[in-house]
Amino acid sequence: MLLRLAFKSLKSRLLTVSLTVFAIALSVALFLGVEKVRTGAKASFADTISGTDLIVGARSGGVQLLLYSVFRVGNATNNVTWQSYQDIAVHKDVDWIVPLSLGDSHKGFRVLGTTTAFFDRYKYRGGRDVTFTEGRVFDDLFDAVVGADVAAELDYAPDDEIVVAHGVASFTEHDDKPFKISGVLQKTGTPVDRTVFVSLEAIEAIHIDWQGGGRSQNTISADEVRQMELTPKAVTAALVGVSSRLKIFGVQRWVNDYPEEPLLAILPGVALSELWSLIGVAETALVGVSVMVMVTALLGMVAMIFSGLNERRREMALLRAIGARPRTILGLLTLEAALMSLVAVLLGVALLYTGLFVARSYIDAAFGLYLEITWPTTREYLVLATVVAAGTLVSLIPALRAYFMSLADGMQVRN
Amino acid sequence: MTAAVEIKDVAFAWRGRTKFSLAVPAFSVAAGERVFLLGESGSGKSTLLSLICGINLPDEGEVVVAGARLVGMKPAARDTFRAENIGVIFQMFNLLPYASPLENILLPLSFAPVRRRRVKDDTAEALRLTTALGLPEELVLQADTTELSIGQQQRVAAARALIGRPKLIVADEPTSSLDASAQEAFLSLLIGQAAEADASLIMVSHDRRLATQFDRQIDLADIALVTRGGS
Repeated sequence: MLLRLAFKSLKSRLLTVSLTVFAIALSVALFLGVEKVRTGAKASFADTISGTDLIVGARSGGVQLLLYSVFRVGNATNNVTWQSYQDIAVHKDVDWIVPLSLGDSHKGFRVLGTTTAFFDRYKYRGGRDVTFTEGRVFDDLFDAVVGADVAAELDYAPDDEIVVAHGVASFTEHDDKPFKISGVLQKTGTPVDRTVFVSLEAIEAIHIDWQGGGRSQNTISADEVRQMELTPKAVTAALVGVSSRLKIFGVQRWVNDYPEEPLLAILPGVALSELWSLIGVAETALVGVSVMVMVTALLGMVAMIFSGLNERRREMALLRAIGARPRTILGLLTLEAALMSLVAVLLGVALLYTGLFVARSYIDAAFGLYLEITWPTTREYLVLATVVAAGTLVSLIPALRAYFMSLADGMQVRN
Repeated sequence: MTAAVEIKDVAFAWRGRTKFSLAVPAFSVAAGERVFLLGESGSGKSTLLSLICGINLPDEGEVVVAGARLVGMKPAARDTFRAENIGVIFQMFNLLPYASPLENILLPLSFAPVRRRRVKDDTAEALRLTTALGLPEELVLQADTTELSIGQQQRVAAARALIGRPKLIVADEPTSSLDASAQEAFLSLLIGQAAEADASLIMVSHDRRLATQFDRQIDLADIALVTRGGS
């Protein structure tokens, strides 16, 4: 009976009730959405690089090495000599090695000198391959492959010519040795999208007539350079695959103890989670904001119940006169709030999944953020239950007021 | 037979807000009796009815309804007692606007298990009462409560007060929202149905002309002493 009354009473105030419910539903959807994006971003982040067992660079911090070698943020303090690189490559437990040579840029995008093996060895999102939307890997000395964002932002297609700039932010360009785009990569949601790939030899070639920070007097033309020996003297870092997982730590120790040069080998997963814990503050802030939104929505409901209370004093007095206990009135009001919260939570969940379903592929394409559509986690169920409980609980404040009001009013409402 | 209402040496004061106190040395209503209480507004009539219904308790004295002492009861028991034994009709705002007329009529039964058991088929009983009170069936079953005229709402309220045959009907100016021609008709129907249910009837009104159909007419000023204001 009480449930029926509560339901009908809510129905009679459909507009205010549905607005309140919608506000809570939106806040619930927002919270769950943030939660999905948060876990999705974390997973995407952790999936930035996979399949690589070790990243090797000059000795510095693990996070720093990860930042410049994988995320192309910042610069290496030092290089790895070609000799050291060769030593690692021939180590008995090393299965494969991919060199990374950084330092130049093209219109704000980093240029990475590497080998074609990079496109076979670099994996993301749990073992996905880097694939080409157009063209193919670099073949000629002055071929370049561009990531999806580079191609999209600069409107590049295969056979376009580009010029690489010396350094990361400089106006000196290697304009005597232009590159031709040979391929465009698929969007991955990783730093690969924002990278221009050239061969290791090409990096050597464009710097062959440079000394110190500038071009030397004896220029060497693009045609001449093809005849020359282009083995690099150093690389910035290297991705290493180890023959067996069991050997990873052995190789890591061997690299870290390498006597000829101070080197550092890191496990990408460990460094990634270290890095995530640094930027995890933003994650906490995001959760905090969505919790605040939810609290605001619940307060809105309390305000709505409060504002309706005066109009409903006659109703309360009437119920009392008919024989309802003050407790029944308390129950009616809290039941209304509980019903509103429950409907709001269900609506919020529906909103979220509809939104996910509609926007998922767009989000993946635009931000490289892959959101999995899964059932709510235990944690999320717990949050949903908390919302209903909290909504019911805070409604006790106006309900208690109604309780005492109905006690004081007695049979007549005195204003 | 026990009296329907027995009031002895009652004193009551509203706490806080307005200084208003009421003293009723003695007042009683016999079982089945129809009593007309004449009182202007501010004469303490609503307070007296609140005391009879056990919504408010006297500071001193005794209120006995159908042989039961209201003062000694626990609050919850008093609420149930009211639901079981007393049917109330107000001047206006008698109905829950969001519930249907039928639901309004049946509402007291959900607080009163004994009264409920007395009603075999609740919809049929509600319709019997409303028909006797001159309300068309489709109005009770299909109309929205908010669509009813004031006269129709008062009839629904009367049916709600009468359903399940409570021992006492308390009516607080039930006709003063009605026009003069409707007042007599409504009152005849109410009195007739109260008699059929063997219920006592206490009606408060400021309109002396309505007293003709009652067994007894009492001026509230004769039985109750009201003091107000000043401290």
